[in-house]
Amino acid sequence: MSAPAAPSPALSARGLTRRFGGLVAVRDVDLDLTVGELHAVIGPNGAGKSTLINLLSGDLAPTAGEIRIGGTDVAGWPAFRIARRGVGRSYQRTNILGELTVLENVRLAAQRGRTTVGGLLAPAGRRRDIVAAAEAALATVGLASRAARTAGLLSHGEQRQLEIAMTLATEPTILLLDEPLAGMGPEEAEATGRLIAGLATRHAVLLVEHDMDVVFAIAKRVTVMVNGAVIATGLPDAVRADPQVRIAYLGEDA
Amino acid sequence: MLPQTRTARLALVAGFVALALLPLVLPPFYLMLGSTAFVAATFALSLQLLVGGTGLVSLGHAAFFGIAAYSVYLISPGDTPLSVFVTLPVAMIAAGLSALVIGAFALRTRTFFFLMVTLAFGQMVYFVFHDTGLGGGADGVFAPRPILGIEGFSLPMGRRERGLTLYYVNLAVMAATFLVLAGVLASLFGRVLVGIRVNEHRMRMLGYDVYAYKLAAFTLAGALAGLAGHMFVVQEGFVNPELVGWHRSAEALLIIILGGLGTLVGPILGAIALTALGEASQQLTERQLLVEGLVILAVVLVLPRGLAGLFSRRARSAVAVEVATAEDTPTAQTGPLGAAAPVRTEAAP
Repeated sequence: MSAPAAPSPALSARGLTRRFGGLVAVRDVDLDLTVGELHAVIGPNGAGKSTLINLLSGDLAPTAGEIRIGGTDVAGWPAFRIARRGVGRSYQRTNILGELTVLENVRLAAQRGRTTVGGLLAPAGRRRDIVAAAEAALATVGLASRAARTAGLLSHGEQRQLEIAMTLATEPTILLLDEPLAGMGPEEAEATGRLIAGLATRHAVLLVEHDMDVVFAIAKRVTVMVNGAVIATGLPDAVRADPQVRIAYLGEDA
Repeated sequence: MLPQTRTARLALVAGFVALALLPLVLPPFYLMLGSTAFVAATFALSLQLLVGGTGLVSLGHAAFFGIAAYSVYLISPGDTPLSVFVTLPVAMIAAGLSALVIGAFALRTRTFFFLMVTLAFGQMVYFVFHDTGLGGGADGVFAPRPILGIEGFSLPMGRRERGLTLYYVNLAVMAATFLVLAGVLASLFGRVLVGIRVNEHRMRMLGYDVYAYKLAAFTLAGALAGLAGHMFVVQEGFVNPELVGWHRSAEALLIIILGGLGTLVGPILGAIALTALGEASQQLTERQLLVEGLVILAVVLVLPRGLAGLFSRRARSAVAVEVATAEDTPTAQTGPLGAAAPVRTEAAP
């Protein structure tokens, strides 16, 4: 894999592998995520993209390989400790606290890094700073007007935006976004794409996405996975021109 | 977790005031019954922190009730009663520590397995008391009632006065437990517990150490169950293995379901209703359990949100309006604890 453009990656994976019985879902993947460089991972269904995110976030433990965040190998750590290392993620299938309000969803996300054990018995309403941080995250994704709604009653697209707001509210340095545009209408998708591109200037972003228009519009680096392995990685134009990629994935008219 | 509309708060206060005035009209026998209901309510409230608050359904909660009760007996030398200022902390700490140890193991499991593991631990504690001479074995043993105060200055506990004293003491204990839990659930800590109940996986991915939060909740619930167990000894003056048995755990779950799964008022309503139902069916028929079972079945079918649901319907629409303007008030929702504080806590008998 080629060296990253920016000085040092926020997250770098080497030889990442995950087996499910006889199936190798992710095979020997090397990957770097750098602040300011939006890194998209594309590939057909079953290529191992979601598994890759699950490995990086700690949802799954890798069978082999290492994941370095700031010099520490976090492979196999419990997910909550990886999250505390500054890794935030969103889910392909909406994963929110449906019974609670939109604001409470984000407030809980914002609360985690802003409390100490001793302060946990303070009334939640009294910590205006946490509420303010949550409101700011909602405003970023454009959901401020929905704050008092029950999260489970939002439209699908809004729930996807809420996912991103929750992830942002934890103030991560590394964002892992698993198909954030799935199920969105074209306008929502375009707006969210712009939002993600903006986020990439301050975060190290890994974007797994099927919407090729958006991916090639905003990604600075594209990695193509097929059958669990990386078949190409590089600048979007180079990847698009790669004959192997065209055969395996994009199709001749891509 | 306290009611957030003015009407709801008033209803709650009115309910407690009504309970406080009840002894003026009640014959003495019913005072004892009332105070039994308050102990049951305190116990059910402690379990509600786990079930309705955190989403942990335990079938071993009576273990902590019983451990507290037995610890009162075990630390009282001979037949000499100790001050409640000694027995209460000891009982609650014993129950809390037991919950910490049992929880540390049981919370490695989830859902159905958690239910079975807590049941197993509960039965282990049961057989410790049942099969050893530690606390009178299978028959139990008389335990000196703790003195409600200190030597020379204590609440009257003579045969005549006991009913009234215990009624008010146990009412106060129940109210205090209610307030403590309301405070806990409204705190940053409590909000995380509610988040864990709603979506544990998501909370973990937000960086929360879910296991530690659950263990803290389990320990607190155990200590509060110990408070109830301690008050049982104050009232009844004996301990036996039945205090620890799974029947008692199941009864607390039943009270919660009867009263309303998602509320703090629910356990209070449920405990009063179940105690009253038990008494009524005992007076009316010899088939006490059959009558009780049928009535409970009917209530659960007719009122899926329990007795507390009876009181919330009108308040909910009022709350929904208010929430639209409030910044951090959760919307009124029919889900369990924490999602919509106003709806849940306003009702009172």
